[in-house]
Amino acid sequence: MNSGVAVSVEDVSKRFRLYHDRGTSLKERLVKRGKTRYEDLWALQNVSFEVGEGETVGIIGHNGSGKSTLLKSICGVLQPSDGQIVVNGTIAGLLELGAGFQHELSGRDNIYLNGSMLGLTKKEIDDIFDEIVAFAELEKFIDNQVKFYSSGMYVRLGFAVAVNVNPDVLVIDEVLAVGDERFQRKCLNRIREFQDQGKTIIFVSHAAAQVRAICNRAVVLDQGKVITISNPGEAIRVFRDSLLAVEDRVKPKPAEGNAAAEHTADQGSQRSVRIEQVRLNGSIPGVQPNVKTGDAMKIEVDYHATDAVEGVAFTFELFLGDGSDEPVLMMRSSSDAQGMVFDLDQGHNTANITLPTWPITDGSFFLNVGIAARNEGMMFDWKEKAVSFETVYEGRSEGLLSLPYDISLREQ
Amino acid sequence: MSLEAEKTGGAPVSAGLPERKKVSRVVSAKTSVPQRVVEIWRSRELLGHLISSSIKVKYKNSALGLVWSMVNPAMTLLIYWFVFGVVLHNAIPNFVIYLFSGLLFFNFFQTGVQMATGTIVDNAGLVKKVAFPREILCLAAVGTSAVFLFFQAIVMVLFLAVLQYAPDWGLLWMLIPVFLGTALFSSALGIALGAINVYLRDMKHLIDVVLTAWFWGTPIVYSFASTIYPHLVRHGLTWVYMLNPMNPIVLTTQRVIYAHPIVHLTSAGAPIMQLLPNWGWSTYLWMDLGVIGASVVLVWIALAIFGRLEGNFAETL
Repeated sequence: MNSGVAVSVEDVSKRFRLYHDRGTSLKERLVKRGKTRYEDLWALQNVSFEVGEGETVGIIGHNGSGKSTLLKSICGVLQPSDGQIVVNGTIAGLLELGAGFQHELSGRDNIYLNGSMLGLTKKEIDDIFDEIVAFAELEKFIDNQVKFYSSGMYVRLGFAVAVNVNPDVLVIDEVLAVGDERFQRKCLNRIREFQDQGKTIIFVSHAAAQVRAICNRAVVLDQGKVITISNPGEAIRVFRDSLLAVEDRVKPKPAEGNAAAEHTADQGSQRSVRIEQVRLNGSIPGVQPNVKTGDAMKIEVDYHATDAVEGVAFTFELFLGDGSDEPVLMMRSSSDAQGMVFDLDQGHNTANITLPTWPITDGSFFLNVGIAARNEGMMFDWKEKAVSFETVYEGRSEGLLSLPYDISLREQ
Repeated sequence: MSLEAEKTGGAPVSAGLPERKKVSRVVSAKTSVPQRVVEIWRSRELLGHLISSSIKVKYKNSALGLVWSMVNPAMTLLIYWFVFGVVLHNAIPNFVIYLFSGLLFFNFFQTGVQMATGTIVDNAGLVKKVAFPREILCLAAVGTSAVFLFFQAIVMVLFLAVLQYAPDWGLLWMLIPVFLGTALFSSALGIALGAINVYLRDMKHLIDVVLTAWFWGTPIVYSFASTIYPHLVRHGLTWVYMLNPMNPIVLTTQRVIYAHPIVHLTSAGAPIMQLLPNWGWSTYLWMDLGVIGASVVLVWIALAIFGRLEGNFAETL
C-alpha cells in the first residue's frame, strides 16, 4: 500500500488574469468591449512533483509564492490553466474549516451536508457521526443552528468532519492555528494517527517548526516555481534563503559602484548584513567541534555589514539531532526579546553569543543562527545548521543534565 | 532538484475503516462532458443533501414552514381565477383546473431556471472553497423546484377532489415523460445560465424578464387550440410554435388533467369551443419525447459551456 503514487502534479501552470476595472454588467461589457486591459499573472509555472502514498509532504513558500493556488488546484477548487493533477483516492481538503456550512442549519444537518461534499454516502456518515461529534466536543449543541456557534465551535466541527471522513489524502492549509492549544494538540495527534495509518498528507505552512515536526519531505515554492524538493531541514534552509532573496527583490538597488557590488549576485548582494562564518568555541570550519559538559559555550558569529544598521537582533535555535531522527528544538531565542539590541557599524565584525555553561551530558546538536531587524519583520541572514557539535561528558553523574551544584552543612 | 526518497513515517498500519473503493480524479483545464456526467453521478447524494438543506433553510424560522409552498400556489391560482374567470368573464368551465394544469409544470420550469441562474453566485463561498462538481448547485436548484412541484401537485389533487373533477386516468402516466422533459430542459438552461451569470450578473435580471414573456408565450391562461393554432396551421407554422419546449409540456398536462379537448362554454347560448388540440395521445407523447431528446442534447451543450466557464469561477466570484 505504501508503494503507489497518491498525488501526481504534472507540469501544472496556473494563470490569473488581473483585469483593470473589469465590468460585470452587460452594459459595461458592451461599452468597454475590447478595451479591458489585463495583466497575466502566473501563479504557478510548470510545477511537477509526486507525493507517494503514506508520505507527508510540506509545501512552504512566502506569501504569494503560489502555495494556496497549488493546494486549491490539488483539491480541485481551481483548475490549472495547463498540465494536470492526478489524485488517486479520496481527498479531503481543509482549505477553510466549515466552508461548506449552512448557517441556518443545525450542526447535525451540516455534518451530513459537509460529509457528502467530501464524497461520503449517508450510511458512511451515519457510521462516523458520533465520532465526529465527540471529536468536535459538541455533544450538547449538535442540534443547534450553526449560526449560534462560537467561532471556535464552528472550526472544531469543520476539522472534525474533515479528519473523520477518513480520506486517502488529507490536504491541510495552515488551519492548525485554530482553536485553543489543547485542541491544536488534538489535531496534531490526529494527523500523526493519519500518518501511522499510512495516509497521505499534504501540509502547507509558514511555520517551519511544524513542517519539520510533521513532514517527510517538503516542496519549496517561490514565485510559482518549485525551487527545491528535499528533506524538511534542507527545504527550510532553502526557504529561508528565498525569503532573503525576496527582501533583496523588494529593496531598491544601491547605486552602481557601491561597496555592495563586490559580492556576487547569487549571494544576495544587496543584503546589508551577512553571516560569513559561525564558530563554536573557536572551532575550525569543516571540523565538528565537541563541547564538554559544564564548559562555557561561545558562539562566534562573523558578519559583514555593507552599511551601518541600527536595531539588530541575533537569533539562534538549538536542536538535538544528528539527522537520523526528527530534530528536537531545545531552545530558540532572539536577543531583542531579552532586551539586547545592537547597532552595527559598517564592515566586518564578530558577535559573541556566550552561554556560561553547557549542562547537557549526551547527544548531537546543531545550531541555526540568524541576524534580524529588531521588529522581526526582516531577516538579514539565516544560517541553517551553522554549526553541529557533539557533547562530551567526563563527569560522574547520570542522566541528561549535569548542573553544577554545591552542598554545605548548616553551621551549628 | 533533488528527489531523494526519505523515510516514510513509520510502518503503515492498515486503516480502521474498511477500504473504500479507490477513485482517482484528474484535475485539469479540460474535463470532457462524459467525465462531467460521471462526476455528477458520483455526487448524487450531495445533490439530495443540497436539495433538502435548501428546503430546510427556506422555511426555517417560519411558523407555517412547508405549508407556505402550498399556500403560495393556491393563492396565485385564486388570483388568476378571480381576474380571468370572474372579472374578465372567461367562459371556460372549471377554469381553475385548466389554469392549474398549465401552471403546474411551467412553475417548475420557471422557479428552477430562476434559482439555478443565481445559484453559483449565491454560493460563492462554497465554490471558492470546496471541490465538488459545480453543476450540482444548478441541479439542486432544479431539484428544489421539483419539490415545490410535488407540493403544488398535492394542492391540485385537493382542488380536483373538492371540485369533483376527474382527470384522464388512462393518460396519467404521460406526466412521467412530461416531468422528465421539463426537468431536463430546466437543467440545461439552468446549468448554462448559472455559469454565464458568474461573468454577466445581468443574466439574473434578464432571465426574469424573459421568463415573464415566456409565460405569456405559452398557452396557460389562454387556449392554444382556439386562438393561435388555426392561424399557425393556415401558414404551416405549427412547428415554429412547438420550438418552445414548454408548449408540448403544458399542452400534454392540460390534456391529461383537464381532459376535455372540446368544452361547452358557460356563457349564454352555450357555444362549443375547441379548447385543446384534437390530437391523439400518441401525438402528445411524440412531442414530449421530442422535448426529452432535444433537452438531452441541450444538457450536453450546457455542460460543455459550463466546463469552459468553470475554470475561472473561483477567481471571478
